[in-house]
Amino acid sequence: MKNVMAILNLNENEENLYELTKHRPVSAIPFGGRYRLIDFALSNLVNSGIINVGILMPEKFGPLIDHIRSGKEWDLDRQQDGLFILPAADGNAKRRGQLSKDLENFHANINYLRNCRHEYIVISPAGTVCNINYKKAFMYHLEKDAEITVIYKNVGNDYPLEGALTMAVDERGRVTDMAYNARETHNDCLAMEMYIMKRTVLIEIIDNCIARGQNNLAMDGILRNLDTYRVYGYEHEGYIGRVDSVYSYYKHNMDILNPEVRNDLYFSNGLIYTKTRSEAPAKYSSSAKVINSVIANGCHIEGTVENSVLFRGVHVARGAVVRNSILMQKVRVEENAYIDRVIFDKNVQITSGRSMKGETTMPIVIEKNYII
Amino acid sequence: MRKEWLGMILAGGQGARLKLLTKKIAKPAVGFGGRYRIIDFPLSNCQNSGMDTVGVLTQYKPFALHSYIGTGTAWDLDRTYGGVYTLPPYADEKGGEWYKGTADAIYQNIEFLDIQDPEYVLILSGDHIYKMDYSEMLAAHKEKNADCTIAVFEVPWAEASRFGIMATDETGAIVEFAEKPKEPKSNLASMGVYIFSYAKLREYLIADAPLDTDHDFGKNILPNMLADAQRMFAFRFQGYWKDVGTVDSLWEANMDLLEDIPAFDLYDPKWRIFSVSPVRPPHYVGVTGEVHRSMVGEGCRIYGKVDHSILFSDVVIEEGAVVKDSVLYAGTIVRKGAYVEKAIVAENTELGEFCIIGRDAAEGPFGDNGGVVLIGEDTKIPAGTRIRKDATVGKDNV
Repeated sequence: MKNVMAILNLNENEENLYELTKHRPVSAIPFGGRYRLIDFALSNLVNSGIINVGILMPEKFGPLIDHIRSGKEWDLDRQQDGLFILPAADGNAKRRGQLSKDLENFHANINYLRNCRHEYIVISPAGTVCNINYKKAFMYHLEKDAEITVIYKNVGNDYPLEGALTMAVDERGRVTDMAYNARETHNDCLAMEMYIMKRTVLIEIIDNCIARGQNNLAMDGILRNLDTYRVYGYEHEGYIGRVDSVYSYYKHNMDILNPEVRNDLYFSNGLIYTKTRSEAPAKYSSSAKVINSVIANGCHIEGTVENSVLFRGVHVARGAVVRNSILMQKVRVEENAYIDRVIFDKNVQITSGRSMKGETTMPIVIEKNYII
Repeated sequence: MRKEWLGMILAGGQGARLKLLTKKIAKPAVGFGGRYRIIDFPLSNCQNSGMDTVGVLTQYKPFALHSYIGTGTAWDLDRTYGGVYTLPPYADEKGGEWYKGTADAIYQNIEFLDIQDPEYVLILSGDHIYKMDYSEMLAAHKEKNADCTIAVFEVPWAEASRFGIMATDETGAIVEFAEKPKEPKSNLASMGVYIFSYAKLREYLIADAPLDTDHDFGKNILPNMLADAQRMFAFRFQGYWKDVGTVDSLWEANMDLLEDIPAFDLYDPKWRIFSVSPVRPPHYVGVTGEVHRSMVGEGCRIYGKVDHSILFSDVVIEEGAVVKDSVLYAGTIVRKGAYVEKAIVAENTELGEFCIIGRDAAEGPFGDNGGVVLIGEDTKIPAGTRIRKDATVGKDNV
């Protein structure tokens, strides 16, 4: 994989994530009790032996930079290769509407792409959690003599796919169509917007599209070129959690309470790295009652926690009850408070005796630093 | 550029009284508190005290320590200017020698110290659990214009004969020093934490080196300095301090952490104890799990009952298993229906189904485990095994 570099194309649609993306891009949303979404994308690359990673920065990138810093946790702080921060095209860091103008961001960094020495490139977004080995996908790419490989996943019919890009693959593995909101015609095949191609092919696509006023990688760069290039689909077999709405965020966090999903996501092709803080282990008091929950370091549990995901440093006081909820870093649940089906962002505090209840399909999201 | 101060951590000791726990690693590498190793405490104290250069003197089985310390990243000691240096014994043109005592270990690294060129040297042991701001001690050292400042803490009179005891005058100057005195004149015990003005330390180390002595700070260097009426002062430390030198005291210090308001706070954001983080997801408690009065590390999966215990990372407690008053190191698996009480279980050990550990009475009076069952690393205890209180079991004598 020495000859393969990667670009993280961070231009996710945040329309349906509301408060969760008020202060951060999609890729920086906390996930699973200790991670941020980008951890999965970065870890998958380094676990596959790809150590040259450029990141096309989205808007509100502060929390992202704060999280990845030098890239040390992913072994990406290197003399040669490593992490490259690539600014978006002027005024284009924010995605507007369904179609991103991501090719303009690639084009703004065309010299970077021209100057790299790698023959191949992997492009991936970072709004999806999964544990994937690109080595296998790359072998497939070579075996099929493909010019572009698109990674997809048949997600089944109860998976939330609103606004998602889906695709059709024929029996030879060739991609025959890509479209938004076409799950029926495409048999629930989600295009994961991960691509493998030669660097020269990417540069050719960027040049050709930009010259014609086209600016979307999937629609203009790939779909319009299905007859120009040999485009193959590679199916990812493991779990995927695509975070594109409050509901899907809630669902995929709850999925990790399932041991099979945890094994797949955290261990199947390599470990998931993240920024670490030296936080003491979680502490349980005599009155703690915790079942079916994921609890991070630094938590202090004196109350009841069921079917929930607690990030580090959460305090659940005596008599408090937390059910079916996601509590981010440093949330405080005071004595006898009751919460059910809520997502509390960082530092939210619910004071003594208060209660709050959402619904599975519509969990209540409380923005960072609020006191209830 | 001259350095104001640096730290030298003595981390070469075996800690033989920890038995199987130090069979493969030195005492400072022994785990504590669900995620730490003992050396994290002095290293974090150095970092939190604003020190940028630390030497770690290693000797006994140093591999685990060396790889754990690495370039010092976890303690923010990976510096361009300064940083952490691991200092095992080395050879020169006249041959090589082991560190023959605490003072000899420093003496053999005089060249290192000369290169660093510090004004003051802090010498401490890598064996103790405590939080201390050494910068306050340095300030006192400078204020008194001292040649040597020794950190002391009050111990109960009854225990004073187990320590190096300092008698001081009203200004804090040390007037007498006695190593483990039968009839102590004071209850101020040395913590084995010293600040020396480097020029003075260098002089005394060189003078002691050719002599036939123990080359020990407590037995030689400090008494010699005192005899020469050098300016020596005690610096009083208040707070939690524990030497976890035995199986019994290691167990007890871990249990201390489980009080509702523990005497030793690991959660203080102003004095963080840094350590190398395992790459593991947060732990999971299953529908059948039950956890009380415990600390649980990353990656654990709990389906049984855990009470008053410390679980390091990746511990698995299966359904129906019961763990109480125990310390389980990383990767321990407690199989279905097993019962574990008052035990320390070292890394990657498997306790088979329906084992009963630490419930049956000991054969005689308790030995130096103080009733604690010790199970060594990589041991596989067969299903149904019963292990008595106070027993020590390793993979070679299951």
